Amino acid sequence: MAKPRQSYEGVAITAPFSMPYQRYSIDTAHWWIAKALRGSLDAAGLKPNDLDGFSVASFTLFPDSAVGLTQHLGLCPRWLDHIPMGGASASVAIRRAARAIQAGDANIVACVAGDTNHIDSFRNMLSSFSRFAQDASYPYGYGGPNANFALLTDRYMQEFGAAREDFGRICVAQRENALRYPNAIMKKPLTLEHYISARPIADPIALFDCVMPCAGSECFLLMSEDEAINRNLPYATLGGAIERHNAHSTDDIQLRGGWTMDIDELYTMSDCTPNDIDLLQTYDDYPVISMMQIEDLGFCAKGDGPEFVRNHDLTIDGDFPHNTSGGQLSAGQAGAAGGYIGMVEAIRQVTGTAGGTQVKNASTAMVSGFGMINYDRGVCTSASILKTGVRVHD
Amino acid sequence: MTEPLAFPPKKDPQKRSTTPTRPPEARSRASLALSAAAAEGRFALQVCDECQTVQYPPRDACVSCIGTDLRWTDVSPKGHLLAETTVRTSTKLFFRERAPWRMGSVKLDVGPVVLCHIHGDCVRGGAVKLLNRLDKSGQGVLIATPLERSDHMEDDPQLRALSAHPKHRRILITDAWNPNTPALAQALLDAGAATVFVGEAESWRPHPNRDILAKMANVEVLPLDVTDTSSVQKLAGEIGGKTDILINNARFLRPGGVLSRGDTGFARDEMEVNYLGLMRLAQAFGPGMCARTADGVNSAAAWVNILSAYALSNTPDYGCFSASNAAAYSLSQSLRGEFRSSGLRVMNVFVGPTDDDWHAPLPPPKVLPQGLARSVVAGLIDGLEDVFCGDIAKDIRDRWQQNAKVLEREMTFGSDSA
Repeated sequence: MAKPRQSYEGVAITAPFSMPYQRYSIDTAHWWIAKALRGSLDAAGLKPNDLDGFSVASFTLFPDSAVGLTQHLGLCPRWLDHIPMGGASASVAIRRAARAIQAGDANIVACVAGDTNHIDSFRNMLSSFSRFAQDASYPYGYGGPNANFALLTDRYMQEFGAAREDFGRICVAQRENALRYPNAIMKKPLTLEHYISARPIADPIALFDCVMPCAGSECFLLMSEDEAINRNLPYATLGGAIERHNAHSTDDIQLRGGWTMDIDELYTMSDCTPNDIDLLQTYDDYPVISMMQIEDLGFCAKGDGPEFVRNHDLTIDGDFPHNTSGGQLSAGQAGAAGGYIGMVEAIRQVTGTAGGTQVKNASTAMVSGFGMINYDRGVCTSASILKTGVRVHD
Repeated sequence: MTEPLAFPPKKDPQKRSTTPTRPPEARSRASLALSAAAAEGRFALQVCDECQTVQYPPRDACVSCIGTDLRWTDVSPKGHLLAETTVRTSTKLFFRERAPWRMGSVKLDVGPVVLCHIHGDCVRGGAVKLLNRLDKSGQGVLIATPLERSDHMEDDPQLRALSAHPKHRRILITDAWNPNTPALAQALLDAGAATVFVGEAESWRPHPNRDILAKMANVEVLPLDVTDTSSVQKLAGEIGGKTDILINNARFLRPGGVLSRGDTGFARDEMEVNYLGLMRLAQAFGPGMCARTADGVNSAAAWVNILSAYALSNTPDYGCFSASNAAAYSLSQSLRGEFRSSGLRVMNVFVGPTDDDWHAPLPPPKVLPQGLARSVVAGLIDGLEDVFCGDIAKDIRDRWQQNAKVLEREMTFGSDSA
């Protein structure tokens, strides 16, 4: 019998900070990460020297890694993590950092994700993404992730009778949310008609199924609850967090993710059910993946995703608030920061600091991550449940 | 059904010719074995020695048991289409210029799921057969094709991009004197070649092929002496800009090894024709062909060398001739490297003893002109790099691939003295 997973109690998640995204930037990943880190430190009234734990997710730091950043930024952590898991980074970072706090390996951990986007960054990143992609995916039309997700979407539509309108509903609702999030790159309303008639990219994927690569960064801090209370910081607590890699590897094509293996444990640890979730932040590099998460995280049965989005209102004021800051589809995809966008927003939501996107009385949020199309499918999945610790002006 | 490929309109010299671009070339070392199989037209994947699991993408350790003995093995290429897409935009210029591009995922009967190109005649969810072909970067890629052959199947744009099909192309055969030339010209015309140019040395001397070639439609006999630099340059000046495939069948052959000859006279002739002749042709025609590899339906596609199979391992009975062919083979590898960035393919056709005067003392089997012509055309259609024509050439290949040193011993047995 495997030992049961221990609780994540006693950990505070605080000082969420989002650097406003830019479509293109002449600055480096180092600059973007420094900006976000400073933002969180300022929010918590801390100095760089106060950090003794540091977790980084980034694609464009090359040739540097988290190690190079410590010297670059003058940090002296006793706990250092580099999480090369793209869209799954945030819950993985938080899970590991929480354990470091609980074990006393670190007192204050900064978790940061950031990437720049030069004119040619996206093309360059694609060309060196993974060995399997290089050997067995790129030579076939070089459609990048668009082509991979087109295949998954194609299969999902065949298998479960989803229509493009169903994916459109997710995108349209997120755009409505994004219009209330000042940092979102997309500022024009999107209708279902716009969505359906958009330029095809890789059938059945069209323009509004795709995220816009941009530069940006996101950061938050972990510390003990006592530390957060002493510093008078609003904070979230961690009900539970899961990560899983290369799950269901014998499935012919990805119609489910690794969440299904651990989701029951996540709810049990967090002492709640899907009904208790006030808002959901899924990883939305393409809407089919959000739909898959809605199923695999237990909000409906496998294959019922299309019906679920038809019957629910996914906007901030709706009955199923989803990707309240607009997600990557509307706020932009800032590389590895795309894995953090939902987490930082969720921390704001359960601490009552989300401003224009605030879901009323939000106290339990679920954040889900998905990343790394190594060959034909996303390999990394993660999820976590955040709860209100201390809300602003509580 | 594939639409038959229309004959291309005359080129407008005012318009930009499409610059040669290539699909991505980078591969792991393990993956290069797929290219090696494609060079010979085989569909092979890694199979684990320990647990027999078929692997894809190529790995360094088994996905099922982590064993590291993975052997490239010919396996069934059949499977069915799981999902497909049409890529309409790409950050890679090669695909951007050729969009829309159909690709998809295929579940192979032997296990793995493969991302691949999709032939236009494949139907959604249908059964398919994968071909392993070299693309313009020179790497092996997989394309799903329908199980049943269909008319004009080879005209599918995605499949044609993986071949050097003679259809609508203009082809130069360098030596009118070679006994195999009429059969080669006929086979190329039968495969749809637009024009066959034939180079003829010493035009003042009569030879039996002249009348045969003169009677063939769409064949033009032009002066060419591969031992004469100015002759080669002159012909390149005339037809270099419209030579899509060059087949170098020029050959000088005399029997004998080193000691059976009293001087280096024949050896000089062999090197002049078989080695330096190739170099002169490549210097005159290579740059122009390399510039035209993306030039529409009748773009430059392949450079073909007809070589003796004894280029791989010397046969002392024809020792000096074998050496000149070994030199030409080595030079062809240099050309592969030099042509690679343009996408121009070098196809070597290794031939066993041919049915002619100089091989009369040898027992059968021998290669007939028609057999050679079939091998060349099939190799072009399948986009091969290495073609082995005739039973002896295939036998030498198998022994050479298994153990080159053992083959050397077999080829160099001395005869017992009395």
